[in-house]
Amino acid sequence: MDNQRAMTHSIDLREKRADFPILERQVRPGVPLVYLDSAATSQKPTAVIEAMDEFYRLSNANIHRGIHVLAEEATAKYEKSRGTVAHFINSPSSKQIIFTRNTTEAINLVAFSWGRTFLKEGDVILLTEMEHHSNLVPWQLLSSSIGTKLEFIPVTDEGLLDENEFHKKLELNPKLVAFTHMSNVLGTINPAKQMIAEAHKYGALVLLDGAQSVPHFAVDVKDLDVDFFAFSGHKMCGPTGIGVLYGKRELLEKMPPFLGGGDMIKRVYLREFSANEIPYKFEAGTPAIAEVIGLGAAINYLKSIGMDIIAQHEQNLVAYALEKIASIDGITIYGPSAEKKGGVISFTLNGVHPHDISQILDQYGIAIRAGHHCAMPLHDRFQLTATARASFYLYNTLEEIDRLADAIYHVKDTFGV
Amino acid sequence: MDDFYRELIIDRYKNPLHRGALDPADITFEDDNPLCGDHIRIDLRVDNNGIITEAAFDGKGCAISQASADLLVESIVGKNIEEVKKLSKQDILDMLGIELGPVRLKCALLSLKVLKAGVYGLKEANDDLVEED
Repeated sequence: MDNQRAMTHSIDLREKRADFPILERQVRPGVPLVYLDSAATSQKPTAVIEAMDEFYRLSNANIHRGIHVLAEEATAKYEKSRGTVAHFINSPSSKQIIFTRNTTEAINLVAFSWGRTFLKEGDVILLTEMEHHSNLVPWQLLSSSIGTKLEFIPVTDEGLLDENEFHKKLELNPKLVAFTHMSNVLGTINPAKQMIAEAHKYGALVLLDGAQSVPHFAVDVKDLDVDFFAFSGHKMCGPTGIGVLYGKRELLEKMPPFLGGGDMIKRVYLREFSANEIPYKFEAGTPAIAEVIGLGAAINYLKSIGMDIIAQHEQNLVAYALEKIASIDGITIYGPSAEKKGGVISFTLNGVHPHDISQILDQYGIAIRAGHHCAMPLHDRFQLTATARASFYLYNTLEEIDRLADAIYHVKDTFGV
Repeated sequence: MDDFYRELIIDRYKNPLHRGALDPADITFEDDNPLCGDHIRIDLRVDNNGIITEAAFDGKGCAISQASADLLVESIVGKNIEEVKKLSKQDILDMLGIELGPVRLKCALLSLKVLKAGVYGLKEANDDLVEED
């Protein structure tokens, strides 16, 4: 334990906690907040809150087409954020950054627009057993409407994707392989670059769900050579209601619009329209302007710390937590060892339902999540109905993990297990 | 702290008095809480006068959902079906002796929902419990 504490001295993000106003609050009198639920949504730094506040106080107007100072400022801020996002994931162009509501909507966009146009009955879509519902249900909907076939890469007992089975399934010549960059339950970081290269050898396109990866480590879509990449702002210090779809340019240009309405058109007649260019083709209606600006501020905040520093800090936290929690009698932890995973630990405690664990931890101010975490098939895979999940971010500390462990002992006392 | 986990709840969770199945049963119904996957089945035997003579439950879930099911089936034996229809959210909370937030309330009320659905159909049970919120 002492070794690990010493190791983290090189990376101490403790002073960053002051950037997050909510971390100062007490959950109830005398009980400070220990927020271990960042995989669900992260907390927001002052820089993000202020950027959105400033937009509404000073620059609020609808974007594009307005010819007055406010509209021009709003448009400039909105499009500047698009550039910030593009740079952050190393997109070749900001035109390849489409703003959506969240990861879920980004994946639905691909399923609806690309899927219905370029897939046909009998085509195989290869998914995995560890997907979040947002990367399962859109493909189920597509399959029930056009007859595509779903295949799945199994998950090993260790919580990794089964490599042999992946290669076998590629022999089925899937048109698309869609998988998560990092599991929101097991924490598993999948070897995306190799998997994408393999899938490409078989002529498949690849959609990567980056909801849990982009917030926590550096992602380079060009280096990954990924075809579609989806993520959400609210898990990376940004606001809710804003997500991103990145796509390769030639794919996005061939795809028909997803939603129809204002801003996505070039010219409208009574009976037809011509679509705008990318990315506007996919951004119908007034978008979440303040949220886009907030996302830009969030990325600037993360960059000011450095994604490699954040990743190393979380690696230290998860290694410490795994050792600490696993040593508690009656605990089972799901997912691979620390070096193969991000800052997520899902566990069960013999004789105590995860909801009850979470409820008692809440009495100590500790916020974790209990349930199936929108990954019911993965829980079925491990014959579980629910797990308790603690997840970490840049603002968490080793002391908070100690408090988590202490509180788990209180749960055991309460239930006499 | 552990107001939520009064001894009674932990005790009924770990050592339920009415867990099991009635075979044959006059009324059987089961349902899930889609939010968390908790599951409850309730079996009832009812005599010709509409009086519940025996009741049992089975299921999987948290301490709140399982203890409330155990207490609920215990409380309805000897009661008329018509009285069961009148049971409310507050009756369950009184039995548990605790206050619950909206998320955990669903755990506590799953057994009542299952019971009412068994007695007079799922849709009516849902409408009934929604009205109470």
